[in-house]
Amino acid sequence: MASIELKGVGKTYAGAVRAVEGVDLAIGDGELVVLVGPSGCGKSTLLRMIAGLETITDGTISIGGKVVNKEEPAERDIAMVFQNYALYPHMSVRQNLEYGLKNRGTPRPEIDSRVAEAARILEIAPFLDRRPRQLSGGQRQRVAMGRAIVRQPKAFLFDEPLSNLDAKLRGQMRVEIRTLQRRLKTTSVYVTHDQLEAMTLADRLVVMNAGHIEQVGTPTELYDRPQTLFVAGFIGSPPMNFIDVADLSSDNLTHVQAGAPGAKTIGIRPDGLTTTANPQAIRLETTVALIEPVGAESHIHVRWQNRMVVAQMHGRPGFAEGEAVTLYADPGSIHRFAADGRRIG
Amino acid sequence: MQSKRTVFPNKVLPYMLLLPQMAVTVVFFLWPAGQTLLSSFQRQDPFGLKTTFVWFDNYTRLFKDPHYVGSLGATAVFSIATAVVSIGMALILALAVDRMVRSARVYTTLIVWPYAVAPAVAGVLWWFMFNPTIGIFAFLIRKAGYDWNHTLHSTDAMILIVLAASWKQVSYNFLFFVAGLQAIPASLKEAAAIDGAGPLKRFWTIIFPLLSPTTFFLLVINVVYAMFDTFGIIDATTQGGPAQSTNILVYKVYEDGFIGLNLGSSAAQSALLMIIVIALTVVQFRFVERQVQY
Repeated sequence: MASIELKGVGKTYAGAVRAVEGVDLAIGDGELVVLVGPSGCGKSTLLRMIAGLETITDGTISIGGKVVNKEEPAERDIAMVFQNYALYPHMSVRQNLEYGLKNRGTPRPEIDSRVAEAARILEIAPFLDRRPRQLSGGQRQRVAMGRAIVRQPKAFLFDEPLSNLDAKLRGQMRVEIRTLQRRLKTTSVYVTHDQLEAMTLADRLVVMNAGHIEQVGTPTELYDRPQTLFVAGFIGSPPMNFIDVADLSSDNLTHVQAGAPGAKTIGIRPDGLTTTANPQAIRLETTVALIEPVGAESHIHVRWQNRMVVAQMHGRPGFAEGEAVTLYADPGSIHRFAADGRRIG
Repeated sequence: MQSKRTVFPNKVLPYMLLLPQMAVTVVFFLWPAGQTLLSSFQRQDPFGLKTTFVWFDNYTRLFKDPHYVGSLGATAVFSIATAVVSIGMALILALAVDRMVRSARVYTTLIVWPYAVAPAVAGVLWWFMFNPTIGIFAFLIRKAGYDWNHTLHSTDAMILIVLAASWKQVSYNFLFFVAGLQAIPASLKEAAAIDGAGPLKRFWTIIFPLLSPTTFFLLVINVVYAMFDTFGIIDATTQGGPAQSTNILVYKVYEDGFIGLNLGSSAAQSALLMIIVIALTVVQFRFVERQVQY
């Protein structure tokens, strides 16, 4: 167990392609930090740099207080769970679990006890003598995690470990990873592009975009007070509605600027829109375009000034498609962003 | 498994379509093979006027003949050495290409070239390089203190034909290994690196076992190649000498049959070669085709 510290970390590929730049991040001992962002934002590259699978061209990475820039992956004492599991196909599950311990010269009795313990925790004891190809996706995933935990490393690195599983299994494994991590208290870095996975797993979330960090914070902080337009649009489902201030009527504008002047764009969460009339609120005259019933709630897609806005409401509000509806948004719940995309107020 | 089968109403057409291939097989394979089998049981007088049926006499004589037994031994040494050298070299080159980021394609193309060289030309090439009187390598080896002469020393002669034969086969093996290496997911090597295995250990515990289906396939192919496709190389370099030390089975069939004109013995040797080919084919189908695919 150890903390991980990144200082000004950057990665430039030959040909001056900057994959990651200026990343500063301190991950506490036992913390689970999720790196999230769209494809190509540099989150996987950053994880692979921590693992030692990619060279670090700028800055320093330290694990447990020791700079590891020049160390081989094996010397960093970390374990990684890969997206495709990367189980050794020619070895039995037991041999897969033992491989890392054997390479490090762990004595036989200890190898046996650690493998037995990991097998018990992950409930893979019945498959220990099978080959990976004889296992289902979920079982392979468990073995991949088992291979990480038997080593008792300083940190776990997860590279989109659930993206090859079906939706139901993914939800189940997510809970298991969280429980396991809480129990073992091993520092973990988890990469995903799935914001639901990110929100539910993370102690702290790191939102990345185009190679740099947009914002770091707890899932609720990021949801409640996104610091940039990018974070605001990335976190939350359905995504936040953005409205250009120039398109607002003068009444609405007064409400918006009462909070903080200089806003260029405002963001309204779909659940911040109601049909309850309120003279103090921002008022949008809309036409219902599409209703998506999603069980306990409904997503109402409406047209406002030739753009689509989505509202999230409980139950099944009895709108008809094409119906005119007035929606209200409390100025206290809206997010204001300046022209450079930074949050105001 | 259910597969949809298309049924054509015409009953004769399929056989008509098969006919050319069948004809080729019968005329160029079954008929000569039958002739060979027949003459392997016969003995002809020197002028080809009288032919006697001698049953297995040609065969029993072969196994009593020290030259034939020696030829069996030479063939075993030659084919195994050629397979090991060419597979080993090809694997090293393929591993090197696998590590290359740029120019890997140029390198691959260059390595594949020797495959396009005719066996006899390859033989002559190596014969020139190692020729005791004019060869550059023979000159260098002699400078290093060893008296290289493949026309006198049987070991030198064997080394020469093994080198020439493997050199040609490296290209073929190399392509298979490159493909085999590319089929191994990078994440497996990375997982092994994180699991504390150094480059050598990763090779022996992960990469080599995963390449084993390819290696086994190549082993069979290379043994077959060394035994049957190297006539040109031997004819252009050592012609079976010195003192029969490089007279492998295929070359001996030719020498005894077409030079020595002992057709009965030559036919018996051909029949034995046929049995070896059949055995190797069985091995290939039973073990290679059913190899575990990871």
